[in-house]
Amino acid sequence: MKNSKTKTPVNTADLSINKTYKLFINGAFPRTESGRYVPIYNTAGDFIANICVGSRKDFRNAVVAARAAQQSWQDRSAYNKSQIVYRIAEMLDQKRDTFVKEMTDLGYTKAKAESEFKTAVDTVVYYAGWCDKYMQVFSNVNPVASSHFNFSIPEPTGVVATMAIKTSALLGLIQAIIPAICGGNTVVVLASDTYPTSAITFAEVLAISDVPAGIVNILTGNRDELKSHFASHMDVNALVVWDAEKAHALEMGNLAADSVKRVKFYESETLTDFNPYLIMDLQEIKTTWHPIQNITGSKAGY
Amino acid sequence: MAKKDNNKTWALSPAPESTSHIKLNKKYDLFIGGKFVAPKSKKYFKTINPANEEVLAEVAMANSADVDAAVKTARKAYNEVWSKLHPKERAKYIFRIARLLQERAREFAIIESMDGGKPIRESRDIDIPVAAAHFFYHAGWADKLEYAFPTKNPQPLGVVGQIIPWNFPLLMASWKIAPALAAGNTVVLKPAETTPLTALKLAELIRDAGVPDGVVNIITGAGETGKALVEHPDVDKIAFTGSTAVGKMIQRSLAGTSKKLTLELGGKAANIIFEDAAIDQAVEGIINGIFFNQGHVCCAGSRLFVQESVADQVIRRLEHRMESLIIGDPLDKNTDIGAINSKGQLETVNKYLELGRKEGFEMFQAGNDVPKKGFWCKPTLFKNVAQSSIISKEEIFGPVLVMQTFRTIDEVIDKANNTPYGLSAGVWTDKGSKIFNLTSRLKAGVVWANTFNKFDPTSPFGGYKESGFGREGGLQGLSAYVKFN
Amino acid sequence: MDIKMHQKPIDQVGVEERCARFKTRSIKTDAKVQGLKMALNMIDLTTLEGKDTPGKVRQLCYKAMHLHDEYPGLPTVAAVCVYPSMVESARKHLGNSGVKIASVATAFPAGQTDLEIKLADTKQAIEAGADEIDMVISRGKFHTGDYNFVFDEIAAIKEACGKKRLKVILETGELGDLDNVALASRIAIDAGADFIKTSTGKIQPAATMEVTLVMLEVIRDYYFETGKMIGMKPAGGISNSKLALHYLIMLKETLGDAWLTNEWFRFGASSLANDILKQLVKQTTGVYQSGNYFALD
Repeated sequence: MKNSKTKTPVNTADLSINKTYKLFINGAFPRTESGRYVPIYNTAGDFIANICVGSRKDFRNAVVAARAAQQSWQDRSAYNKSQIVYRIAEMLDQKRDTFVKEMTDLGYTKAKAESEFKTAVDTVVYYAGWCDKYMQVFSNVNPVASSHFNFSIPEPTGVVATMAIKTSALLGLIQAIIPAICGGNTVVVLASDTYPTSAITFAEVLAISDVPAGIVNILTGNRDELKSHFASHMDVNALVVWDAEKAHALEMGNLAADSVKRVKFYESETLTDFNPYLIMDLQEIKTTWHPIQNITGSKAGY
Repeated sequence: MAKKDNNKTWALSPAPESTSHIKLNKKYDLFIGGKFVAPKSKKYFKTINPANEEVLAEVAMANSADVDAAVKTARKAYNEVWSKLHPKERAKYIFRIARLLQERAREFAIIESMDGGKPIRESRDIDIPVAAAHFFYHAGWADKLEYAFPTKNPQPLGVVGQIIPWNFPLLMASWKIAPALAAGNTVVLKPAETTPLTALKLAELIRDAGVPDGVVNIITGAGETGKALVEHPDVDKIAFTGSTAVGKMIQRSLAGTSKKLTLELGGKAANIIFEDAAIDQAVEGIINGIFFNQGHVCCAGSRLFVQESVADQVIRRLEHRMESLIIGDPLDKNTDIGAINSKGQLETVNKYLELGRKEGFEMFQAGNDVPKKGFWCKPTLFKNVAQSSIISKEEIFGPVLVMQTFRTIDEVIDKANNTPYGLSAGVWTDKGSKIFNLTSRLKAGVVWANTFNKFDPTSPFGGYKESGFGREGGLQGLSAYVKFN
Repeated sequence: MDIKMHQKPIDQVGVEERCARFKTRSIKTDAKVQGLKMALNMIDLTTLEGKDTPGKVRQLCYKAMHLHDEYPGLPTVAAVCVYPSMVESARKHLGNSGVKIASVATAFPAGQTDLEIKLADTKQAIEAGADEIDMVISRGKFHTGDYNFVFDEIAAIKEACGKKRLKVILETGELGDLDNVALASRIAIDAGADFIKTSTGKIQPAATMEVTLVMLEVIRDYYFETGKMIGMKPAGGISNSKLALHYLIMLKETLGDAWLTNEWFRFGASSLANDILKQLVKQTTGVYQSGNYFALD
């Protein structure tokens, strides 16, 4: 983005059209209803953009969108989900330069930005391949003693409110979002306030990836201001916080108990954990029984 | 049904699928080492369209020298490239294959119907999409095998030889290639003699996907080519889908060697209709069970068992439904029953029809008049056959259904299991506990309850007894392609 | 009435798969033109609004008889379908065109009143000149399991209809599942329905291919048992030609060509007519059409 202070001769000026960074709720890009913003600057001290400071009402709207979208997302076939997540990788991989620039503007070295970008794309592909497999690995038919067919399968917990890790621009966002949606949940995520631009650019990737509206909702803003709302909202099924400050953990844990939310606190080591347990952490287990009739003759059963 | 008095009927007009956009070469060589190379045998053979007997292309006939070249190339690619690649990169290649196949789906479907005779409706709606799904599903396993085999450190076998049949040419290629690649093996695949074309188009696609040279090799040929592949000493595993007779030959051939083997052979599946079934949907299930793909299906529901109390009801509705099946040009979108795959197969089917008549069973045939050229068989039902009749025992592999009545669950289970085969079975009843009684007692690798002929890459497929061993698809299907350290 | 004789289990997934297969039929060229004209001739052109007036009905009747005079050789629709209070207007304007008048009755659409009022409603429509009566069943009674009530009510209305044909609306969108649709169909037929009809069109879902298939199969069961033909009418939600042709394929393959006339099959529709006209004109000109060229009425 060209800095407005640079002197450009009038007759060869070629001004860039600067991007407006807004929130991502229900598949659209609204501004924060509170009208508040915070300016961010690159490492040279130049102004980059104004970032929305999301309010509790934005969070509320995002939860409404996530809830409305959740059942139909869950009901889609695993194959369909895996294709959509794979398409996120397809679209993400096209935007390498944009992401690397945004990351270096905010302090990444070029090498680290490129490395993290590559890992992020690989991680999306990795989880895309889990959508249609975790059920096979984590389900079972149980050999109960009575004449019943009994099976246990995972089912998504529902709407997940997540606070992404602060110290990563992109990979942290991927880990906050992708495993949750692979498992059929919908997500409201608060982006890192150190690297908010990448989060909104990632929202753009989602918007062109055939991801239905409301599956993923991305807010920028303050953990401090929003933590009580994330934890207390009665229509959120699970609360996930990466690298929580100790005092926050206590407060949020208490509030979450009011609706018996499933609560997960992840430390920064988990950032590079690539395995299906991040999916399974947000699943319920349902066990079903059905009689197997026996008549004269050999005994039936599993 | 009631006849109209003014003779007015509403007939469907021809609805041909356009073939103007497909690309077929006049001649195809062998796909070895990422390129099409002329066969050392210097021989080619023709492949025809069984609906009109026209020549579609010439394809190379691989001899044992060609097979040797292919295996050597596959071994080199395994040692130098494929086994050294990080599994997540292997996954990416397989995802590419899946996505390209989705993009070229229509072209593949048309060529499949032209080469094999199956209706475009089936190749378009089932064969090609499920094949793409197989690649997509298996791609994701490449870097997750430790979860399928916890604590076992699964490793690839090396070079696998694969021989596939003519009834689902592209689909069978995907069932073989996808898990083999995902597990880290390299492949030499021989398509069936009468249906080589979609495998060759797949070769082009695999090349376009950037898959490293020699990882997948496709060698066309006939029985001798397959034999050479089976007997080649540097192949670590053989996967075969085809007739039980050839399967036994292969099993004998491999005896005493250390080569791994999986077989997917024939079947004579029982499809069982109870009095408390959803009868109309069960009738559709019977139709799908035996007339899908002209009955050229190893897991076809070819032995119908109907509970006697509803036999008349079921048969009347079955015959009525058979009358609405349209037999004709596979490239017409309305065709339900396409051409029989080859002259040889038609002779086999007709032999069984003649036998059934001679054995004295009441026969019902439906459908419109068939075209003059090409190989055709009308959908046929033999009623009230005996368990001991030949047509009830042997696999016909055509649109021919034999039917018996039964009275009790125990009786029908005994009869359903009373066969050397055990690939699949169907159960139709609205009562849940009865379903589980039957599904747990039927000796078959795939049991369909209130449905039939359903396939999914996540669902393991394979038989009991002489229908073969080993499973394809799903978590269980991976074990055929790995070894444990 | 023995309920057990009338109940048949239905597998919903199986029904959906059969319907999906009907939709793969490709209806081209001559078959398409023939099918479209057949469909046009099967339409019950409908207006059932609180704001209907004689003026509205007059315009509807004109449209019924003059679908698109620019295209020679078009059939008329089968009937117009109106409230009992509008039957007189319709009678005045339809003359000898052959277009019938179907009137809804029995406290359409909810039917939440008692038999006396429903009989009076029916009588009003017939005396005003209706050729056919479209009644509603008592869904509430159905859901309490009082199938005898449902049966008796239909039989009573049938008697009041005399020689006029009775269509019985099941309101499939309120019946809950396909097993109930099959049961309600059979009760209606046994009680004397000449036609069974899916919906009032006032709630969602209205007609679907799935409920229609189930109903057609009950009609086929009845035909196999008795040799008697019963008519069928899906209503509501069929607004494009492609879907209408899929319904006709379903009809043909389930019951046969004998049912392919408006004596035995109707579409309850309003905007379908113009979509069919557009398709017919496109078949002759080869050019995609715009709604501007087809009168709205």
